[in-house]
Amino acid sequence: MAGTLAEKVWDAHVVRRGSNGAPDLLYIDLHLVHEVTSPQAFEGLRLTDRTVRRPDLTIATEDHNTPTVDIDKPIADLTSRTQIQTLRTNAAEFGIRLHSLGDADQGIVHVVGPQLGLTMPGLTVVCGDSHTSTHGAFGALAFGIGTSEVEHVLATQTLPLNPFKTMAITVDGTLRPGTTAKDIILAVIARIGTGGGQGYVLEYRGEAIRALSMEARMTICNMSIEAGARAGMIAPDETTFEYLKGRPHAPEGAAWDEAVAYWSTLKSDDDAVFDAEVVLDAADLEPFVTWGTNPGQGLPLSARVPVPAEIADEAERATAERALEYMALTPGMPLRDIAVDTVFIGSCTNGRIEDLRAVADVVKGKHKAESLRVLVVPGSARVRLQAEAEGLDRIFLDFGAEWRNAGCSMCLGMNPDQLAPGERSASTSNRNFEGRQGKGGRTHLVSPLVAAATAIRGTLSSVADLADDGADAPAPDLLPA
Amino acid sequence: MEKFTTHTGVGVPLRRSNVDTDQIIPAVYLKRVTRTGFEDALFAAWRGDPEFVLNQPAYANGSVLVAGPDFGTGSSREHAVWALKDYGFKAVVSSRFADIFRGNSGKQGLLAAVVAPEDIELIWKVLETRPGTEVTVDLEARTVTCDDVVARFEVDDYTRWRLMEGLDDIGLTLQHADEISAYEATRASWRPRTLPAKHLPPVEVAAARPVG
Ligand code: SF4
Repeated sequence: MAGTLAEKVWDAHVVRRGSNGAPDLLYIDLHLVHEVTSPQAFEGLRLTDRTVRRPDLTIATEDHNTPTVDIDKPIADLTSRTQIQTLRTNAAEFGIRLHSLGDADQGIVHVVGPQLGLTMPGLTVVCGDSHTSTHGAFGALAFGIGTSEVEHVLATQTLPLNPFKTMAITVDGTLRPGTTAKDIILAVIARIGTGGGQGYVLEYRGEAIRALSMEARMTICNMSIEAGARAGMIAPDETTFEYLKGRPHAPEGAAWDEAVAYWSTLKSDDDAVFDAEVVLDAADLEPFVTWGTNPGQGLPLSARVPVPAEIADEAERATAERALEYMALTPGMPLRDIAVDTVFIGSCTNGRIEDLRAVADVVKGKHKAESLRVLVVPGSARVRLQAEAEGLDRIFLDFGAEWRNAGCSMCLGMNPDQLAPGERSASTSNRNFEGRQGKGGRTHLVSPLVAAATAIRGTLSSVADLADDGADAPAPDLLPA
Repeated sequence: MEKFTTHTGVGVPLRRSNVDTDQIIPAVYLKRVTRTGFEDALFAAWRGDPEFVLNQPAYANGSVLVAGPDFGTGSSREHAVWALKDYGFKAVVSSRFADIFRGNSGKQGLLAAVVAPEDIELIWKVLETRPGTEVTVDLEARTVTCDDVVARFEVDDYTRWRLMEGLDDIGLTLQHADEISAYEATRASWRPRTLPAKHLPPVEVAAARPVG
């Protein structure tokens, strides 16, 4: 029978089929753990005298609470320090591999898995974190779970689950210069809404997706959850295999050949039936930015802030009004006129090496606008080392940016990297909820290229705006065709 | 999980509807790293009020909470169930529960019994006129008994069976440990293992500092 990619991966992991409405029992190949959602799960094991069934399929890293400066000193915030200390104790007690602050493989859990070569096509990957959807970029079925489920996976390496629905998101055409994967996913979320993906696994396909690098694919899958989806997936191809080959945990020799042969079968059959379908043309896309307080409230950068009075639907109008009030924006003002106080470059959405390279390309030899601060936070210590080896850190420092250690940082402000009340940021992260980056902080979600251009001009900008300024032209391939 | 067949304990009348999980346990308590010891956090905002039902000695050792409709709405936090259990509650009786709360209760062995609103009213009257009256919740017969009030309650068959067998989700899954092992035996060798750890050559990571 014809199947979708998601169904194929699902079927390959069924330990036991549920009957009479009982859920299937699904095997989990890789369990990622971080300090925030795991303490009660380990405590639960202790209370019931259970152990971790497969420490060898489990890996932990410190990310949400870690400071990005002075990592050689004790963590100042007590709650943060306790959570991290608890993870260290639990990892030691249950024999789980942990990458701690100061370790070269420490970093955001969704950056670390792929870079170690642990994330592979055809796996089931879970983590007590909604952005686990990132790993779907490899053709893995990857989704976030709650703390009880974390405990369940630790104890049994399985999860009882009812099948998800499937949605095909086809992105045809070619991206225009200056537009990126981030613009695709922001446009998708604006199209289907923050609840549009509820209960679904989204499969991204089409010419524009095939053309993306692995890192760009991760950006897209990462934000599937912002459309409410359980997971996002992209069928593996040469780009995927190329990325994986030679990574520390990638298979070698005969195992590699066997793996590639299997991975090559992981695609939706031509006659597979999806429960829903959405089609977009990449050539229509412009750099996208959000104006409101959820990731679905986004528009092309050339647009104006919505005028609530013009919105027919009453509930939608009220939502827009509330968002604009919180964001302190004037209805109808051009998005390009919005001045920001902070530019944050990082997170599991856009904190990988390609993102940093893209930013460095734009800001090289320039200086940031005086009015703002720029924070560059690599997604992992490995990304930071790589960037330093390439001299990107010098470019950022000369630009006037702060070059930090790896972690979630200002994506959610659990560490000291926060917006002050009323401050406004252009951020390459994934959530613009009220207070997400600090109490009273206002967030505009943007791509790394828009973040870079904004850091130069002080207001939300695209790289094309830089060329219009007549300033040193950016690299030619970034200019509009 | 302990087996639940029948439980008898002091009934606590909570005459409020729409008790959301923020009221059951405020967000500040979510920073804790433990799974037990949440008894002090239960209804924290209300416990300061001497009139609050749990502050009255006759109800202080209650173990059956009889609440108004729409109990457990709002945030999905499992801490709400932990707090009720840690305080000593074995069952919550209401005419309507929020889905996620009911799901979480089932997982944790707290019985969420759905009783008709008229019956809740009758039970409240008994508990209020004679504070300290015991309530019996019989899962086998699906009845709640309080003095001369005998009310039927609803609970889905699957949850009932699990509670009566004392099986939490994990316990249930572990009954199939053989099948899990059999599945594991068939896994392809290329599937990744985190141990032994493989690295690129390890490097020392120094602290980065901000400019200026
Ligand atoms: S970077 Fe942000 S979204 Fe990603 S795991 Fe960390 S907090 Fe979550």
